[in-house]
Amino acid sequence: MEATEHIRETVDAVYTSESRRVLATLIRLLGDFDAAEEAMHDAFRAALEQWPRDGVPANPRAWLVSTGRFKAIDTRRRLSRFEPLDDSGDVPETGSVDPEAWADRESVEDDRLRLIFTCCHPALAPDAQVALTLREVCGLTTEEIARTFLTPAPTMAQRIVRAKAKIRDARIPYKVPETSELPERLDAVLRVIYLVFNEGYTASSGAAVTRHDLSSEAIRLGRLLVGLLPEPEALGLLGLMLIHESRREARMSASGDLILLEDQDRSLWNREFIAEGTALVERALRSRRFGPYTIQGAIAAVHANARDAAATDWNEIVGLYDALVRMTPSPVIELNRAVAVALRDGPAAGLAIVDAILDRGDLRDYRLAHAVRADFCRRLGRTSDARDAYERARALTRQEPERRFLERRIAELDSGRS
Amino acid sequence: MKYICLVYLEDHKLHAVHDSECAACGDGFRQRGLLVAAEALQPVETATTVRVRNGKLSVTDGPFAETKEQLAGFYLIEATDLNEAIQIASKIPPAREGSVEVRPVRALQP
Repeated sequence: MEATEHIRETVDAVYTSESRRVLATLIRLLGDFDAAEEAMHDAFRAALEQWPRDGVPANPRAWLVSTGRFKAIDTRRRLSRFEPLDDSGDVPETGSVDPEAWADRESVEDDRLRLIFTCCHPALAPDAQVALTLREVCGLTTEEIARTFLTPAPTMAQRIVRAKAKIRDARIPYKVPETSELPERLDAVLRVIYLVFNEGYTASSGAAVTRHDLSSEAIRLGRLLVGLLPEPEALGLLGLMLIHESRREARMSASGDLILLEDQDRSLWNREFIAEGTALVERALRSRRFGPYTIQGAIAAVHANARDAAATDWNEIVGLYDALVRMTPSPVIELNRAVAVALRDGPAAGLAIVDAILDRGDLRDYRLAHAVRADFCRRLGRTSDARDAYERARALTRQEPERRFLERRIAELDSGRS
Repeated sequence: MKYICLVYLEDHKLHAVHDSECAACGDGFRQRGLLVAAEALQPVETATTVRVRNGKLSVTDGPFAETKEQLAGFYLIEATDLNEAIQIASKIPPAREGSVEVRPVRALQP
């Protein structure tokens, strides 16, 4: 009985460490997501039955893949007896796969990349890419994904089912993109990872500002990608996420209120994450093939390595924002640049930039544009302008802690302490 | 596998790409064995919609859909997977002016 319990623990551990690899390889061998998932579960069920009797195999992963593949072929054979008209023309010839060929390390690692690129295929809707990646690459359940995105589980399930049907029916290939397509396809993967991270880091709605699990999943995905495909932007994104993550403990008070970067207790920052993130960003910068994630990582690194807000090299940060605006023109990045300019040259200089952005019609419904404008006006002693802008930001926010922050600011203005 | 590439263009762009360029594109696909069929279409004003309801034929002018873009032509292509189909579709000249919808062909169930 104790031995069985021990085996169960072993199977659980193997499930945690190997199930995603096993699934990725089974999808390649079987050519179908659903069949591969079923085969994987059959294989783990068989392990629970057979390992207590026969012992744990020397290579559990290879055993699971073979067993899963065998079970799937068996199921298909049984079904085809009843459904002779199944259009099996599309099903790869499972019998022709060399039983050893799939097992070498390189092709198995390629399978994980294939899975990531397939889940993040641009022909799938963006929210389906995110859901499918969390489901298939990270192994989250549909219910867990639904809960973190505050979406009803049936909606999320349908999203995943539709995406899998499109992969099958439109024949989205299970491939790592060709070198010529790689930059664009990698962008899609990085976008999904960063979206998952941000959803965890600054939940766009709901009571809690951070949803820790999603950020950890995104960092895990980032590490996986860097391990499989160490492209500069993948390094840059992982660095960026680690440095943001380093501030988790410092960015919220015990009562759940937001603390601005300049007011954070820097002794709470996770130094290990900062060191690792900074090293990744530096490695990406040295490649000279870096992009916007690396630059954002570099900006985060300058903040992270400053002793306090006053010691921050604002000139360096403004320069990095200049490069970022050139690379990916966006009013939100211009807004961030305005904040850096204000810290270097004073609030009047920052306000001029924000007003120029708003005057040309951009960001008028973006809560942070008004919050930033309010802050500059407050510092300049333009109390009534500051109040109006804070009110506008408060009307636009959907986050409870952010609303409380803005209300505190308004109350401070009203009591004359600005 | 077969995919159909449906070319959509706004009214004022129906002739933005010269016919000879589209013909050359089709010839190129044909030479590489990628093309099953391709045609350009007369404008949507020439279209007639046919319905049969309760065995009764109804014929009306044009399609009813109120869209800015109209179907301008199609290419029926042969591709190994969606990635290849997207690559081929990206070479269709009106992709620059309008859009190309890529859809897999479905085999009719016996």
